Amino acid sequence: MSEHEEHTSHSQAFYLAIGIGLLVLTATTVGAAFVNLGPFNPIIALLIATIKATLVVLFFMHVKGASEKLTGAVVVSGFFFLAILLSLSLADYLTRSWR
Amino acid sequence: MASTVIPANQTLAPTPKLNYLNNGHTLKSWLLTTDHKRIALLYLISVTVFFFLGGFFAMLIRLELLTPQGDLMQADTYNKVFTMHGMIMVFFFLIPVVPAVLGNFLVPLMIGAKDLAFPRINLLSWYLYITAGTLFLHCMLTGGVDTGWTFYTPYSTVGSNTNVIEAGLAVFIAGFSSIFTGLNFIVTIHRMRAPGLTWDRLPLFIWANYATSLIMILGTPVIAITVVLVAVERLFHLGIFDPRLGGDPLLFQHLFWFYSHPAVYIMILPSMGVISELIACFARKRIFGYKFVALSSLAIAVFGFLVWAHHMFVAGISLYAAMIFSFLSFSVGVPSAVKVFNWTATLYKSSISYATPMLYAFGFIGLFTIGGLTGLMLATIGIDVHVTDTYFVVAHFHYVMVGGVLMGYLGGLHFWWPKISGRMYPESWAKLSALLVFVGFNLTFFPQFILGYVGMPRRYWQYPPEFQVLNVLSTAGSSVLAVGYLLPMIYLLWSLKYGPIAEANPWGAAGLEWQTTSPPPTFNFDETPVVTWEAYNYDEIPAPKQLEAPGAR
Repeated sequence: MSEHEEHTSHSQAFYLAIGIGLLVLTATTVGAAFVNLGPFNPIIALLIATIKATLVVLFFMHVKGASEKLTGAVVVSGFFFLAILLSLSLADYLTRSWR
Repeated sequence: MASTVIPANQTLAPTPKLNYLNNGHTLKSWLLTTDHKRIALLYLISVTVFFFLGGFFAMLIRLELLTPQGDLMQADTYNKVFTMHGMIMVFFFLIPVVPAVLGNFLVPLMIGAKDLAFPRINLLSWYLYITAGTLFLHCMLTGGVDTGWTFYTPYSTVGSNTNVIEAGLAVFIAGFSSIFTGLNFIVTIHRMRAPGLTWDRLPLFIWANYATSLIMILGTPVIAITVVLVAVERLFHLGIFDPRLGGDPLLFQHLFWFYSHPAVYIMILPSMGVISELIACFARKRIFGYKFVALSSLAIAVFGFLVWAHHMFVAGISLYAAMIFSFLSFSVGVPSAVKVFNWTATLYKSSISYATPMLYAFGFIGLFTIGGLTGLMLATIGIDVHVTDTYFVVAHFHYVMVGGVLMGYLGGLHFWWPKISGRMYPESWAKLSALLVFVGFNLTFFPQFILGYVGMPRRYWQYPPEFQVLNVLSTAGSSVLAVGYLLPMIYLLWSLKYGPIAEANPWGAAGLEWQTTSPPPTFNFDETPVVTWEAYNYDEIPAPKQLEAPGAR
């Protein structure tokens, strides 16, 4: 429950470090795009993007350490709806060639 | 409590009490207000402007279709006209209308709160809406768009040479306005309910707006991303939707309808909430199956996300996916039917009075049922293949969006007008206009079901002469409908000055919003109410005199 925890706030330097980390990961994405890895190019790009999104959600959006159940519910439902978008779209893409 | 501003001119007749309308008369006091009721009025004015603009384009469409030849405008102009009509009506009228006007006004009042949780974000949402609207008007005046409101690729990315990016940007910004409204409602409903107002005592209008807010927050980002992708492909030729560049045009339709189908529920759910309030009040009875009606709103919000590809049955999606989506589309019919049957069951053996809001509620039930049932026909793949992109589809979604949403909105606007303005509207004029709207609506759109079924495609400016009779009927109906919409604007404005002063609770309605004065003070309640009763406790509330109409029993 909400025991006035005022988020688990970190120092400014911590957020700066996360921000720099995000920039480094962006540079890595750009760099990786210039290396021909065949089918692994999109996999690497998506992997880096997922790490970046996780950092933003956990720290910049204060989800890590949040005491509210509601915050958790919002995050879970966001991912649930993303899963609906992906799975039902794939229900089309993966079965298009079936005859 | 924050200090209140003293009205500038106190020479007027003695106002009984300081309320939100006379608390500050300057333009600044309106444009920088954080009062949810004033923001609701700002929204009311702006959505009304867009409604009549969208209606103007609708009349141009109907005038062109009066004759089989393309004699009023060129094909290109016609494409732009129906695109403008669709975009304005969907993004700048139907999506914001009930949540941003009635919801903004009523959510805090109904739950016994002083304001929304984030009053400044609420004002920001209106400014974003105005920014988006201005951008769209600029786009319209500098040539417009011709992609249809759906922005379908590859036409929107490689075909059209109109202002697609500007229109997309307007939709993007308007989307954020709607996200802010949704966010505000969710936090307010969770956090700011009056003591004793538990979830199972909430008015159904609140449940409906809560479900709507969930869709706004979860769905709107997807349309925002989608229009950005269209812009990126148009500007930088990145292969996202264009098959020549390795993209997939159907990906656009998947992403677009993932939001835009639930967007239909953003439009209709709040209106359904309004109808629940109206029926309970004018039948003087608790809504039958309260919990089912409340939960059906949430069910519609969730199921609404599972059905989008029924817009794509003929677009080339896999047959297996089509079967899944067809089945899921039928499932949305269940919670919708729960609502319709429960409203009807509420009416059974109740004490009905036929005031104007109730006439609109009856109109809603009839028209929404036709719209919903033809939706089931369209969810059937076999029928959908036959009538895709015909006037049958046009008629179907107008029955839901105009017959449903607008009926609910007008019913709600009349019902809460005494609370909003502190004045009563002229009842006989209002009844006349409700009748005109109902007759005009059916005359406009019922012939379109037949036209579509016999094969008239949508989005053409010419048609074979054998379709003319039904098109003339439709155009005639649209003129009646236009009068039906103009009348309320005239007499509601008239009532602001000349209408009889409204009491706090002229309808003898349940609900916290009726326990404060009409119009309410800036912070809604002098004392925070404590709720010790169930919603719609009409057996404990005496009916006012004018509601005890002859023939009511």
